[in-house]
Amino acid sequence: MNDSAGHADPGYLLDSSGPAAPPRDNGELVFAAPWESRAFGLALALNETGLIDWEDFRQALIREIGDWEAAHPSGEGWSYYECWLRALERTASARALVDPRALADRAAQLAALPAGHDHQGHGHEGHEHEIHNEIPDHP
Amino acid sequence: MTTAADHIDPAVRAEALASLLIERGLVDQGTMDNFIKTYEQSVGPMNGAKVVARAWADPGYAERLLADGTTAIAELGFKGPQGEHIVVLPNTPKVHHVVVCTLCSCYPWPVLGLPPSWYKDPSYRSRIVREPRAVLAEFGLELGDDVEIRVVDSSSEVRYMVLPMRPAGTDGLSEEELATLVTRDAMVGVAEVAAP
Repeated sequence: MNDSAGHADPGYLLDSSGPAAPPRDNGELVFAAPWESRAFGLALALNETGLIDWEDFRQALIREIGDWEAAHPSGEGWSYYECWLRALERTASARALVDPRALADRAAQLAALPAGHDHQGHGHEGHEHEIHNEIPDHP
Repeated sequence: MTTAADHIDPAVRAEALASLLIERGLVDQGTMDNFIKTYEQSVGPMNGAKVVARAWADPGYAERLLADGTTAIAELGFKGPQGEHIVVLPNTPKVHHVVVCTLCSCYPWPVLGLPPSWYKDPSYRSRIVREPRAVLAEFGLELGDDVEIRVVDSSSEVRYMVLPMRPAGTDGLSEEELATLVTRDAMVGVAEVAAP
Protein backbone atom coordinates (compact mmCIF):
# COMPACT_ATOMS: atom_id res chain seq x y z
CA MET A 1 0.00 0.00 0.00
CA ASN A 2 1.10 3.52 -0.63
CA ASP A 3 1.48 6.16 1.98
CA SER A 4 -1.06 8.91 2.09
CA ALA A 5 1.00 11.15 -0.15
CA GLY A 6 0.87 8.60 -2.95
CA HIS A 7 -2.59 9.38 -4.17
CA ALA A 8 -1.44 10.46 -7.61
CA ASP A 9 -0.14 6.93 -8.16
CA PRO A 10 -2.79 4.78 -9.84
CA GLY A 11 -1.84 2.07 -7.38
CA TYR A 12 -3.43 4.16 -4.71
CA LEU A 13 -6.73 3.93 -6.55
CA LEU A 14 -6.39 0.31 -7.45
CA ASP A 15 -6.02 -1.72 -4.30
CA SER A 16 -5.88 -5.24 -5.57
CA SER A 17 -6.35 -7.03 -2.30
CA GLY A 18 -7.36 -6.48 1.28
CA PRO A 19 -10.56 -5.13 2.71
CA ALA A 20 -10.82 -2.33 0.17
CA ALA A 21 -10.34 -4.42 -2.94
CA PRO A 22 -12.74 -3.73 -5.80
CA PRO A 23 -15.09 -4.74 -7.28
CA ARG A 24 -16.58 -6.81 -4.49
CA ASP A 25 -16.42 -4.18 -1.81
CA ASN A 26 -18.90 -5.09 0.84
CA GLY A 27 -19.74 -8.20 -1.07
CA GLU A 28 -21.44 -7.19 -4.29
CA LEU A 29 -20.58 -7.05 -7.95
CA VAL A 30 -21.05 -3.67 -9.57
CA PHE A 31 -23.05 -5.14 -12.46
CA ALA A 32 -25.16 -8.27 -12.23
CA ALA A 33 -24.95 -9.05 -15.96
CA PRO A 34 -22.86 -7.86 -18.92
CA TRP A 35 -25.83 -6.10 -20.53
CA GLU A 36 -26.14 -3.92 -17.43
CA SER A 37 -22.55 -2.81 -17.81
CA ARG A 38 -23.17 -2.19 -21.52
CA ALA A 39 -26.18 0.02 -20.80
CA PHE A 40 -24.13 1.86 -18.18
CA GLY A 41 -21.12 2.36 -20.47
CA LEU A 42 -23.32 3.55 -23.33
CA ALA A 43 -24.91 6.27 -21.21
CA LEU A 44 -21.55 7.52 -19.92
CA ALA A 45 -19.99 7.48 -23.37
CA LEU A 46 -22.90 9.44 -24.89
CA ASN A 47 -22.74 11.91 -22.04
CA GLU A 48 -19.01 12.40 -22.42
CA THR A 49 -19.32 13.35 -26.07
CA GLY A 50 -22.26 15.62 -25.29
CA LEU A 51 -24.70 13.60 -27.40
CA ILE A 52 -27.01 13.29 -24.43
CA ASP A 53 -27.45 15.67 -21.54
CA TRP A 54 -27.07 13.91 -18.20
CA GLU A 55 -29.90 15.78 -16.57
CA ASP A 56 -32.23 14.86 -19.47
CA PHE A 57 -31.22 11.26 -18.99
CA ARG A 58 -31.70 11.45 -15.23
CA GLN A 59 -35.18 12.90 -15.66
CA ALA A 60 -36.03 10.09 -18.09
CA LEU A 61 -34.71 7.59 -15.55
CA ILE A 62 -36.82 9.13 -12.79
CA ARG A 63 -39.90 8.82 -15.02
CA GLU A 64 -39.13 5.19 -15.87
CA ILE A 65 -38.63 4.30 -12.22
CA GLY A 66 -41.78 6.15 -11.19
CA ASP A 67 -43.83 4.47 -13.93
CA TRP A 68 -42.50 1.04 -13.01
CA GLU A 69 -43.24 1.55 -9.33
CA ALA A 70 -46.75 2.78 -10.08
CA ALA A 71 -47.40 -0.31 -12.19
CA HIS A 72 -45.79 -2.77 -9.74
CA PRO A 73 -46.88 -1.93 -6.20
CA SER A 74 -45.53 -5.22 -4.87
CA GLY A 75 -42.05 -4.42 -6.14
CA GLU A 76 -41.74 -7.87 -7.65
CA GLY A 77 -39.60 -8.12 -10.78
CA TRP A 78 -37.68 -4.93 -10.07
CA SER A 79 -34.65 -4.28 -12.27
CA TYR A 80 -32.91 -0.96 -11.92
CA TYR A 81 -30.95 -1.39 -15.14
CA GLU A 82 -34.10 -2.19 -17.13
CA CYS A 83 -35.35 1.26 -16.14
CA TRP A 84 -31.92 2.65 -17.01
CA LEU A 85 -32.01 0.98 -20.44
CA ARG A 86 -35.52 2.24 -21.22
CA ALA A 87 -34.50 5.75 -20.17
CA LEU A 88 -31.47 5.53 -22.44
CA GLU A 89 -33.58 4.27 -25.37
CA ARG A 90 -35.95 7.19 -24.92
CA THR A 91 -33.19 9.75 -24.52
CA ALA A 92 -31.28 8.48 -27.56
CA SER A 93 -34.49 8.45 -29.62
CA ALA A 94 -35.47 11.95 -28.46
CA ARG A 95 -32.03 13.19 -29.50
CA ALA A 96 -32.43 11.46 -32.88
CA LEU A 97 -29.34 9.36 -32.22
CA VAL A 98 -31.33 6.27 -33.13
CA ASP A 99 -34.59 5.76 -34.96
CA PRO A 100 -36.98 3.90 -32.65
CA ARG A 101 -38.16 1.78 -35.58
CA ALA A 102 -34.61 0.82 -36.54
CA LEU A 103 -33.94 -0.01 -32.91
CA ALA A 104 -36.97 -2.27 -32.71
CA ASP A 105 -35.99 -3.96 -35.98
CA ARG A 106 -32.44 -4.56 -34.83
CA ALA A 107 -33.61 -5.96 -31.50
CA ALA A 108 -36.01 -8.30 -33.29
CA GLN A 109 -33.22 -9.45 -35.63
CA LEU A 110 -30.88 -10.13 -32.74
CA ALA A 111 -33.58 -11.90 -30.77
CA ALA A 112 -34.20 -14.19 -33.76
CA LEU A 113 -30.58 -15.30 -33.97
CA PRO A 114 -30.08 -18.95 -33.08
CA ALA A 115 -29.18 -19.87 -29.56
CA GLY A 116 -25.44 -19.69 -29.07
CA HIS A 117 -25.18 -16.16 -30.29
CA ASP A 118 -23.76 -14.30 -27.36
CA HIS A 119 -26.32 -11.72 -26.34
CA GLN A 120 -24.57 -11.24 -23.04
CA GLY A 121 -21.14 -10.46 -24.35
CA HIS A 122 -19.75 -7.24 -25.59
CA GLY A 123 -20.67 -7.99 -29.15
CA HIS A 124 -17.41 -8.41 -30.92
CA GLU A 125 -15.70 -11.68 -31.57
CA GLY A 126 -12.27 -12.27 -30.19
CA HIS A 127 -12.49 -9.53 -27.65
CA GLU A 128 -11.66 -10.94 -24.30
CA HIS A 129 -13.51 -9.41 -21.46
CA GLU A 130 -11.86 -10.82 -18.42
CA ILE A 131 -13.84 -8.55 -16.13
CA HIS A 132 -16.90 -10.73 -16.40
CA ASN A 133 -15.21 -14.05 -15.91
CA GLU A 134 -16.54 -14.43 -12.42
CA ILE A 135 -20.13 -13.79 -13.33
CA PRO A 136 -22.06 -17.01 -13.67
CA ASP A 137 -23.87 -17.66 -16.94
CA HIS A 138 -27.10 -15.79 -17.15
CA PRO A 139 -30.17 -17.96 -17.72
CA MET B 1 -45.65 5.10 -25.32
CA THR B 2 -43.65 1.92 -25.35
CA THR B 3 -40.02 1.82 -26.27
CA ALA B 4 -38.48 -0.48 -28.83
CA ALA B 5 -39.89 -3.88 -28.16
CA ASP B 6 -40.34 -3.71 -24.42
CA HIS B 7 -41.07 -7.40 -24.39
CA ILE B 8 -37.65 -8.29 -25.79
CA ASP B 9 -34.94 -9.32 -23.37
CA PRO B 10 -33.00 -6.29 -22.11
CA ALA B 11 -29.71 -7.98 -23.01
CA VAL B 12 -30.83 -8.03 -26.65
CA ARG B 13 -32.12 -4.47 -26.52
CA ALA B 14 -28.87 -3.23 -25.01
CA GLU B 15 -26.97 -4.98 -27.78
CA ALA B 16 -29.27 -3.50 -30.43
CA LEU B 17 -28.84 0.01 -29.10
CA ALA B 18 -25.08 -0.33 -28.79
CA SER B 19 -24.67 -1.79 -32.27
CA LEU B 20 -26.70 0.98 -33.95
CA LEU B 21 -24.86 3.74 -32.10
CA ILE B 22 -21.48 2.18 -32.86
CA GLU B 23 -22.35 1.76 -36.56
CA ARG B 24 -23.33 5.40 -36.78
CA GLY B 25 -20.03 6.35 -35.16
CA LEU B 26 -21.81 7.99 -32.21
CA VAL B 27 -20.24 5.75 -29.59
CA ASP B 28 -16.83 4.20 -29.42
CA GLN B 29 -16.59 0.68 -28.03
CA GLY B 30 -13.28 1.47 -26.34
CA THR B 31 -14.74 4.48 -24.54
CA MET B 32 -17.63 2.37 -23.29
CA ASP B 33 -15.31 -0.38 -22.12
CA ASN B 34 -13.12 2.13 -20.32
CA PHE B 35 -16.04 3.52 -18.35
CA ILE B 36 -17.19 0.03 -17.43
CA LYS B 37 -13.72 -1.05 -16.37
CA THR B 38 -13.15 2.12 -14.37
CA TYR B 39 -16.30 1.67 -12.31
CA GLU B 40 -15.85 -2.08 -11.93
CA GLN B 41 -12.25 -1.91 -10.86
CA SER B 42 -10.99 1.51 -9.85
CA VAL B 43 -13.74 3.62 -8.39
CA GLY B 44 -15.37 2.33 -5.27
CA PRO B 45 -15.94 2.89 -1.58
CA MET B 46 -12.22 2.55 -0.85
CA ASN B 47 -11.91 6.11 -2.16
CA GLY B 48 -14.43 7.35 0.38
CA ALA B 49 -12.73 5.30 3.09
CA LYS B 50 -9.51 7.19 2.40
CA VAL B 51 -11.38 10.49 2.66
CA VAL B 52 -12.89 9.48 6.01
CA ALA B 53 -9.54 8.25 7.36
CA ARG B 54 -7.89 11.53 6.36
CA ALA B 55 -10.66 13.48 8.09
CA TRP B 56 -10.22 11.44 11.28
CA ALA B 57 -6.45 11.85 11.23
CA ASP B 58 -6.29 15.52 10.23
CA PRO B 59 -8.71 17.98 11.87
CA GLY B 60 -7.81 20.66 9.35
CA TYR B 61 -8.82 18.35 6.52
CA ALA B 62 -12.05 17.45 8.33
CA GLU B 63 -12.91 21.12 8.54
CA ARG B 64 -12.30 21.64 4.83
CA LEU B 65 -14.24 18.47 4.01
CA LEU B 66 -17.33 19.61 5.89
CA ALA B 67 -17.08 23.12 4.46
CA ASP B 68 -16.69 22.07 0.82
CA GLY B 69 -16.87 18.34 0.21
CA THR B 70 -16.18 18.36 -3.52
CA THR B 71 -13.02 20.44 -3.22
CA ALA B 72 -11.61 18.56 -0.22
CA ILE B 73 -12.33 15.22 -1.91
CA ALA B 74 -10.59 16.42 -5.07
CA GLU B 75 -7.51 17.14 -2.91
CA LEU B 76 -7.11 13.36 -2.67
CA GLY B 77 -7.49 12.98 -6.42
CA PHE B 78 -11.10 11.76 -6.44
CA LYS B 79 -13.30 13.49 -8.98
CA GLY B 80 -15.48 12.67 -11.95
CA PRO B 81 -19.08 12.18 -12.96
CA GLN B 82 -21.66 12.50 -10.16
CA GLY B 83 -19.07 14.16 -7.95
CA GLU B 84 -19.76 17.79 -8.74
CA HIS B 85 -21.69 18.69 -5.59
CA ILE B 86 -20.76 16.38 -2.75
CA VAL B 87 -21.84 17.45 0.72
CA VAL B 88 -20.34 15.57 3.66
CA LEU B 89 -22.42 15.28 6.83
CA PRO B 90 -20.82 14.30 10.14
CA ASN B 91 -22.49 11.75 12.38
CA THR B 92 -22.27 12.48 16.09
CA PRO B 93 -23.49 10.77 19.27
CA LYS B 94 -26.65 12.88 18.99
CA VAL B 95 -27.31 13.12 15.23
CA HIS B 96 -27.21 10.27 12.76
CA HIS B 97 -27.46 10.98 9.02
CA VAL B 98 -28.57 8.42 6.49
CA VAL B 99 -28.62 8.98 2.72
CA VAL B 100 -31.20 8.03 0.12
CA CYS B 101 -32.18 9.11 -3.36
CA THR B 102 -35.95 8.91 -3.32
CA LEU B 103 -36.42 9.56 -7.06
CA CYS B 104 -33.69 7.52 -8.68
CA SER B 105 -30.21 6.63 -7.51
CA CYS B 106 -28.11 9.79 -7.11
CA TYR B 107 -24.93 8.80 -5.32
CA PRO B 108 -21.42 10.26 -5.01
CA TRP B 109 -19.65 8.01 -7.51
CA PRO B 110 -16.08 9.35 -7.09
CA VAL B 111 -15.99 8.41 -3.41
CA LEU B 112 -18.38 5.46 -3.17
CA GLY B 113 -18.43 3.99 -6.66
CA LEU B 114 -21.76 2.87 -8.08
CA PRO B 115 -24.56 2.31 -5.60
CA PRO B 116 -25.35 -1.14 -4.21
CA SER B 117 -28.58 -2.79 -5.34
CA TRP B 118 -30.41 -2.13 -2.08
CA TYR B 119 -29.80 1.62 -2.44
CA LYS B 120 -31.63 1.55 -5.79
CA ASP B 121 -34.43 -0.67 -4.56
CA PRO B 122 -37.93 0.86 -4.37
CA SER B 123 -38.36 -0.54 -0.88
CA TYR B 124 -35.28 1.18 0.61
CA ARG B 125 -36.02 4.43 -1.23
CA SER B 126 -39.51 4.71 0.20
CA ARG B 127 -39.17 3.05 3.59
CA ILE B 128 -36.04 4.82 4.84
CA VAL B 129 -38.00 8.07 4.67
CA ARG B 130 -41.13 6.73 6.41
CA GLU B 131 -39.56 4.53 9.06
CA PRO B 132 -35.82 5.15 9.23
CA ARG B 133 -35.35 3.67 12.69
CA ALA B 134 -36.93 0.37 11.65
CA VAL B 135 -34.97 0.18 8.40
CA LEU B 136 -31.68 0.94 10.17
CA ALA B 137 -32.49 -1.79 12.69
CA GLU B 138 -32.90 -4.20 9.78
CA PHE B 139 -29.39 -3.23 8.69
CA GLY B 140 -28.29 -4.14 12.22
CA LEU B 141 -27.99 -0.58 13.46
CA GLU B 142 -29.98 0.01 16.64
CA LEU B 143 -29.88 3.67 17.59
CA GLY B 144 -30.97 4.96 20.97
CA ASP B 145 -34.11 7.07 21.26
CA ASP B 146 -31.94 10.04 22.15
CA VAL B 147 -30.28 9.96 18.72
CA GLU B 148 -31.92 12.14 16.10
CA ILE B 149 -32.06 10.47 12.68
CA ARG B 150 -31.81 12.79 9.70
CA VAL B 151 -32.67 11.24 6.33
CA VAL B 152 -31.12 13.26 3.52
CA ASP B 153 -32.26 13.00 -0.09
CA SER B 154 -29.51 13.08 -2.70
CA SER B 155 -30.26 14.68 -6.04
CA SER B 156 -28.41 16.03 -9.03
CA GLU B 157 -27.85 19.25 -7.07
CA VAL B 158 -26.42 17.66 -3.93
CA ARG B 159 -24.97 14.21 -3.38
CA TYR B 160 -24.47 13.34 0.25
CA MET B 161 -21.82 11.28 1.94
CA VAL B 162 -21.72 10.56 5.67
CA LEU B 163 -18.62 11.11 7.79
CA PRO B 164 -19.02 8.32 10.35
CA MET B 165 -17.83 8.61 13.94
CA ARG B 166 -14.32 7.35 14.60
CA PRO B 167 -14.57 4.25 16.76
CA ALA B 168 -12.97 4.12 20.18
CA GLY B 169 -9.64 2.35 20.55
CA THR B 170 -8.20 3.55 17.25
CA ASP B 171 -5.84 6.23 18.55
CA GLY B 172 -2.73 4.30 17.62
CA LEU B 173 -3.78 3.46 14.07
CA SER B 174 -2.26 4.97 10.96
CA GLU B 175 -4.43 6.70 8.38
CA GLU B 176 -4.05 3.68 6.12
CA GLU B 177 -5.15 1.32 8.89
CA LEU B 178 -8.10 3.57 9.69
CA ALA B 179 -9.21 3.46 6.04
CA THR B 180 -9.52 -0.31 6.17
CA LEU B 181 -12.13 0.00 8.93
CA VAL B 182 -14.46 2.26 6.95
CA THR B 183 -17.27 0.55 5.03
CA ARG B 184 -19.50 1.77 2.27
CA ASP B 185 -22.53 1.25 4.49
CA ALA B 186 -21.09 3.55 7.13
CA MET B 187 -20.64 6.27 4.53
CA VAL B 188 -24.25 5.92 3.41
CA GLY B 189 -25.31 5.95 7.06
CA VAL B 190 -26.85 2.49 7.39
CA ALA B 191 -24.02 1.34 9.65
CA GLU B 192 -21.46 2.66 12.08
CA VAL B 193 -17.75 1.96 11.88
CA ALA B 194 -16.87 -0.90 14.18
CA ALA B 195 -13.77 -0.80 16.35
CA PRO B 196 -11.00 -3.06 15.05
